[in-house]
Formats: sequence, C-alpha cells, structure tokens
Amino acid sequence: MWNLIKPTSKLSLRVWQFTILTIFLVGWYVLSIDKKMAFFFGDPIGVVEQVWLWFFVNGDIYYHLQITLTETLLAFAIGTSAGMGAGLWLGLSPMASAVLDPYIKALNSMPRVILAPIFAMWFGLGIWSKVALAVTLVFFIVFFNVYQGVREVSPTLLDNAKMLGAKQKQLLRYVYLPSATSWVFSSLHTAVGLAFVGAVVGEYLGSAAGVGYLILQAEGTFDINTVMAGIVVLTICALLLDASVGIIEKRLMKWQPSHGETEKL
Amino acid sequence: MSMPHSLNEPPALALKDITCTFVSRDDPNQRYMAVKDTTLEIAAGEFVSVVGPTGCGKSTLLNVGAGLLAPSRGSIEVFGQQLVGINDRAGYMFQGEALLPWRSALDNVTAGLQFANVPKDEAAEKGRDWMRRVGLGGFEDRYPHQMSGGMRKRAMLAQTLIRDPDIILMDEPFSALDIQTRQLMENEVLELWMAKRKAVLFITHDLDEAIAMSDRVVVLSAGPGTHPIGEFVVDLPRPRDVTEVRSDPRFVELHTQIWNVLRDEVLKGYEQQKKKAA
Repeated sequence: MWNLIKPTSKLSLRVWQFTILTIFLVGWYVLSIDKKMAFFFGDPIGVVEQVWLWFFVNGDIYYHLQITLTETLLAFAIGTSAGMGAGLWLGLSPMASAVLDPYIKALNSMPRVILAPIFAMWFGLGIWSKVALAVTLVFFIVFFNVYQGVREVSPTLLDNAKMLGAKQKQLLRYVYLPSATSWVFSSLHTAVGLAFVGAVVGEYLGSAAGVGYLILQAEGTFDINTVMAGIVVLTICALLLDASVGIIEKRLMKWQPSHGETEKL
Repeated sequence: MSMPHSLNEPPALALKDITCTFVSRDDPNQRYMAVKDTTLEIAAGEFVSVVGPTGCGKSTLLNVGAGLLAPSRGSIEVFGQQLVGINDRAGYMFQGEALLPWRSALDNVTAGLQFANVPKDEAAEKGRDWMRRVGLGGFEDRYPHQMSGGMRKRAMLAQTLIRDPDIILMDEPFSALDIQTRQLMENEVLELWMAKRKAVLFITHDLDEAIAMSDRVVVLSAGPGTHPIGEFVVDLPRPRDVTEVRSDPRFVELHTQIWNVLRDEVLKGYEQQKKKAA
C-alpha cells in the first residue's frame, strides 16, 4: 500500500503537496464554521473573496503592492551593492577590517528593527524610511558573504592570474569578483526575503500606503480575513522574488558543478 | 622576442645567494629557514630540473624566481636585469588547480592575452590554435569541472605558453596525473619546448622525469636550509622520448649517480617529516 502512494515520481510528489494544502484548507474551513473561531482565525472562503476583491473587482491592491515591491527592490538593490562594495573593500584591506571589526560586530548584533522609528524621523513616512530599514537588514547578509568570499579566494588562482599579467584592477574584476559571486548568490535568497521583511515591517510601524499598511488598517477593524489575505499576497510575492533570484543564479552560476552531473557533450 | 644564444649572454634566470626565512605567525621567535644561500642559473633555452626530497623548499625557490615571493636575502636577475615585482618574462605552471572555475577552457587559455588587452577576436583565434596544439581542440566551451585532470593540465599548459614567455617555471606540473597521461604530457611538453627553446626551470620529485626531460639536473638537500648539493649535466641526445630514453644505458648510469646523492637527502627529509608529525 505504502509503495503505491510513496512520493517517488514528480507527479505523485505534486499530488502529495496538493493533498496537504487541501487538508489544511478543509480543516481551516471546518473550524471556521464556528463564528467565534472565525473571528480569530478568519475563514478561507472570506480570504479568497478578499483577494478576489483586491485584484479583480476593486483593483486597489495594485497601488499598495507596487509601493511595497518598490521598497523591496530598492532596498535589495541598494543593500546588495553596498554590501558587495563594503565586503570587497574590507576583504581586500586587512588593515581597515581589523580597525572596523568591533563596530561591524556591534552593528550586526544590534536589533535593527528598532531603527525604524529613527528612520521614520529622518526620512518621513514615505517609502524611503522603509527602504532604509530594509537596507540595514540586507546589507549585513551580503556584506559578510562577500567578505568571506574575497578572503577565501584560492591563493593559487591569484598567483596564477598575477603570473598571467593581471594588474590589481584586473585581479579585482576577473578573480575576486567572480569568486565572491558564488558567495553572494547564496546570500541573495536570504537577502531578498529580508528586504521584503524590512519593507513590510516598516510599513507596519508607520506609513500611508503599502501592503503592510493595508494589514495594519484591517487589524484595526478586527477584519481578520483581510489580514490573512494580505499575508497570502505577501507570501506569494516573496516566493516569486525568491524564484527570480533562483533563475538568475542558475544562469550566472552555470559553471558550478552540480551534484552528480554527467558530462554535457 | 628571440635572442641570440651565446655564452656571454646573461642567463635567462639567475638566483643569487637566495635565503628565505619564514617567521611563524603565532610565535615571531619561531623561524624556519626554507632555503639557504642558493645560487641557481638557467641559460636561455636551457631545460633545468630541480629535484629534492618532499618539503625541501623547491616551490619556494620557484616562487622567488617568479617574483611572487621576495627572498629574505639575495638577488634575482632576469636576462641580466634585477627583478622587481612579478617576473613578467616568466610563465608559471602551478602544481595545484589554477584554472578559473567560472571560465570556459578557452577563456582560461586566453586569460593572459585578455590581461594584456589583446583584441578579443585575435585572442580567441590564438586560444583555439593553442588548444589544438595541446590536444584540447573541441573542448573550448568546457568548464574546468567538466574536464579530467589531464585535460585541465593541458589547458594550464596552453594558458602558460600562449603568452610566449621567455622563461617557463613548472612546479611538479604532472604529479597529480596517472603514469600514462603523465608520460604523454612529458613528451608533448618536450616537443613544444624543442620548437621554441625557452628557458625552463622544472621542479619535480621524480628523478626519472627530471633526467628524461632536462639538460641539467640540480639536486637539493633536505630542509631546513635547503641548498644545491649536486649538479649533473644530462648529455642524452635530443629529441628524446621519455619512455624509451629510460632504457638508455647512459640514462641508467646518470640515474644511479644522481640517486646516490639524492638518497641520503630523501631519507633525511623523511626523518624530518616523521619528527614533525610526531
């Protein structure tokens, strides 16, 4: 019996995954028949209705979604490039990294969400205070990975490139940077998620637009279905962003040996 | 950049009274003298092998000649000129994996041309030519992880030779290969060398390889304080086939002579390694 339903093929795997989702939704629905439960947990049909209203009837989610995504992408871009720059610099300059070491550790261990009110003061309630918060989250993830990546470049590769006539600039461009990219990509999945977290948390703490703002408003009126709908929309967006990072990674990292790969003739 | 070879001409590479002392990072009072008062000259067009027990500082000497490592004492002259910084007339074939893993074989082979700002098309054409010469035609688009150890070594050889260096430094280039591939590549290197006659400094721990390939074999003592303890001119006729030349009576004779000098050092080196491990 078990052999029949064991998730071996891709199809049966999908069936299994879908079954789990169905069981969860049905369970949720049954629970939510009780009005008291529905008050606290919402009901799946109401959530779907809300998503439907947002996207296809009122169409008002697009504006908020666009704000949140803009914040996320800006933070991702700024945080990643700053992290890469700083990582390269400190990785290549042992002196600077030795001097700055305690401060980097301190900044990294600080609970950075607490900076949100300060950023709101500095940058106002528009998108930039959210971008700033998300950047502080993204920056360190990328920074530490690039820093590590630069320091772990194989000395033989460096010596070889030097003997082939590479100048310092060329070493940076053709050896250090590509070598750090594999480290960067392993951090980008985390980074894109954190950029999203930063943006939404920022909105949640004070804003006039964005999905986080929608959720906050709904919570104020105990409209749990809308809160849940917001969470669903955010989750799907985060998955999509992560998948696009995955696609870019696959393109750029095709030189990396994947496990058990046979020769491509 | 071909030069007339005459006896009065300065050697292609001259290491003069080189001493290299390494200081332990953890304890500055702990020093290790890898190489001591070593003088080594390689004439233009000469193939010189350096043999010695493992861990005796052979690679240190090579790195000094390449300009990658500044000696604690002594001087290096390249074609009569004091060496400052990287030795840009030398090509270096490393012992370990030195290909950039994110570049295809062709892009690796042409890396040196790219660094010298040679136009892309010209570099690619030259690269294809060199890949054919080392037997890698048709593998241009492979990434290093898609190639076998022997193919990677061939790519490294092409990468080194494409720049047409006047001095070729090789650090046990074939030590990781199986014996058949190794002999094949030794012959190929000899053939390429015969065509261009560049100065070669070849480091190996394999005495057979050293004699079969070189004009001169230099034996180094066991470390610490490695220095040359013997020098043998290999007067076997060229062109040679590394497999066939091994049965030549003169080869056997030379082998016995050199091995007599080398054996004690190998034993000494072995004892030291054991002591270090204990």
